[in-house]
Amino acid sequence: MEALILTVLLTSVPLILAATGELVAERSGVLNLGVEGMMLMGAVSAFAATSILGNPYMGILAGAVAGAMTAAVFSLFALGLATNQVATGLALTIFGSGLSGLAGAPFVGGTVDGLPNLAIPLLVDIPVIGNLLFNHDIMAYLSVGFLVLVAWFLNRTRAGLVLRAVGNSHDSAHALGYRVLLVRLGAVSFGGMMAGLGGAYLPLVLTPHWSEGMTAGRGWIALALVVFASWIPSRILIGALLFGGITIMQLAGQARGWTVPSQMLSMLPYIATIIVLVVIARNRDFALANSPACLGRLFIGNK
Amino acid sequence: MKTKTTLSFGAVATAASLALSALVGFTTVTAANAADKVKVGFVYLTTPGDHGWTYAHEVARQDVEKHFGNKVETTFVENVPEGPDSARVIRELAKQGNDIIFTTSFGYMDHTIKVAKEFPNVKFEHITGYKRSPNVATGNIRFYEGRYVQGVVAGLMTKSNKIGYLASFPIPEVIQGINAFGIGLRSVNPKAEVSVIWVNSWYDPVKEADAAKVHIAEGADILAQHTDSPAMLQTAQKAGVHGFGQSSDMKAFAPKAQLFSSVNNWGPYYISKVQQMMDGKWSTGDGPDHWAGNTWVGMADDYLVLSPFENMPADVAKAAAQAAADIKSGKNKIFTGPIKDNAGKLRVPAGKTLNDGELFQTLDYYVDGISGKIPG
Repeated sequence: MEALILTVLLTSVPLILAATGELVAERSGVLNLGVEGMMLMGAVSAFAATSILGNPYMGILAGAVAGAMTAAVFSLFALGLATNQVATGLALTIFGSGLSGLAGAPFVGGTVDGLPNLAIPLLVDIPVIGNLLFNHDIMAYLSVGFLVLVAWFLNRTRAGLVLRAVGNSHDSAHALGYRVLLVRLGAVSFGGMMAGLGGAYLPLVLTPHWSEGMTAGRGWIALALVVFASWIPSRILIGALLFGGITIMQLAGQARGWTVPSQMLSMLPYIATIIVLVVIARNRDFALANSPACLGRLFIGNK
Repeated sequence: MKTKTTLSFGAVATAASLALSALVGFTTVTAANAADKVKVGFVYLTTPGDHGWTYAHEVARQDVEKHFGNKVETTFVENVPEGPDSARVIRELAKQGNDIIFTTSFGYMDHTIKVAKEFPNVKFEHITGYKRSPNVATGNIRFYEGRYVQGVVAGLMTKSNKIGYLASFPIPEVIQGINAFGIGLRSVNPKAEVSVIWVNSWYDPVKEADAAKVHIAEGADILAQHTDSPAMLQTAQKAGVHGFGQSSDMKAFAPKAQLFSSVNNWGPYYISKVQQMMDGKWSTGDGPDHWAGNTWVGMADDYLVLSPFENMPADVAKAAAQAAADIKSGKNKIFTGPIKDNAGKLRVPAGKTLNDGELFQTLDYYVDGISGKIPG
């Protein structure tokens, strides 16, 4: 049982990282559908840096930088040139998939030593939960750390308030003298960095190799999680664990010979997501309370 | 010289933030060009970077180029989903003047047949399917032979008597593999049980790793896979258990965990079919059986090759080599009765061997040794 729970936790880490980043971007009013592409760029860079430098911590850094740089491409078009965000985001995913495949070609067939686990002294000795919660690699800790940080930033800081204002009414924010595009550039870059970290987690921890398209749709799940969480950071944790939990539960159900068809079980995580979304949407005030009003809308400064 | 051009995009994404689907970009790669060459097209399911199924086809394509030199021109399109999009890609390859087109996954079957009707002068080779037409031949490897040997090794190696199996989709080829594994397992071990997890994907490294972890958490100490990435073996190595590689040798990923890989060797098949084209002798031929297709061979012809037996005691390696030799010589046909299903019902009476057609049409059960039942 403990091994299963550990698997759930690890499976959730890349989703938490990428969704937290996307949440910040969306709260600033930018819908970046390129999460999958940014994750792949993060994954390939992390693997490349680790196999060249022999140090997985350099891999983390490389993944974050690569994600942020991929997001910069999005910013150039969607913010700088005010192109359609949906189209630009989709293009970014295709771009990231292709470029990561090209850049990763020399690394195909290699393997690296992944991130080591860092047990937290004393806490790890707590019965039952000690090993589950306090014996992980640094990125697992970071994923929760970032989540807390983002929640604090958005709700408790002046800068977070400005970011939300930009997302809710860019014209008002602009009129007040805030630099809308600069705020959004920062938010999108942060989103890219987090997606890059999420991608990096795959080759550094989950499956220590690089292969093209290895994220296999996790970027899209991260996007869905942001809606699922109704743009509230703490709910990302719940959503990611729920999604990871149901994913692992259906695999374990098969291994234990449940008589439900496996195709049905495979659908479970998605069905659960849809059901929760429907339940949330029944109460519109609740669902849209934190939905950024300017999400996806173009802003052209100095007009 | 190779040129890389983007052919088209298949975007399945909708509904802004709720887009759960994947996004696919095909890439076409053409090597060399000239007029009187035989032009050969390939349609790939994933990319050669999968280290598995598509990688094995790519190695074979390179074999074709090496063998024929500048007498051939090959083109491949990678990342082609097994849906209607594939018809578009196959049609495009036919329009580009390819003389013979290999479509390398089961799911291209109907689309290959459909496009073949539009291009009666182009020859098509569909891999692993069972439908034919005057210009569509089918080719397949008896993958299940390697899985029998895996079953033997698993049965001798396991201490927990729990074997974990990752399966992709419940199509005949996969069911044959699971059952051959079970028969091999039972030939040496009356107690071990195989538990099957359907990943519902050919290629999703993270999900494959997750499924492998679940198997290990449930007590499995030997893992087998009918999915394409090396993730399962890496997970096995990390957990200190053993497993078998798929389609190509995956030793590099898990040198301490891999017992052996069943390696698909398509080169001789592709070369012989292209040679037939050059000689003007290409035909769909008379296969051993309609269901099995025109070419269905395995270890005896070296279309299926087992990588060296490793990480096992000498006596297990010896038993594995013996099992492989018996299959090669035809002494062991694997699906020979008595075969019981996992509910104890006799399905194949003693002395009877399932023929190729029956292997495709009658295996709607798991044999003794496999737990659960086939989904769908």
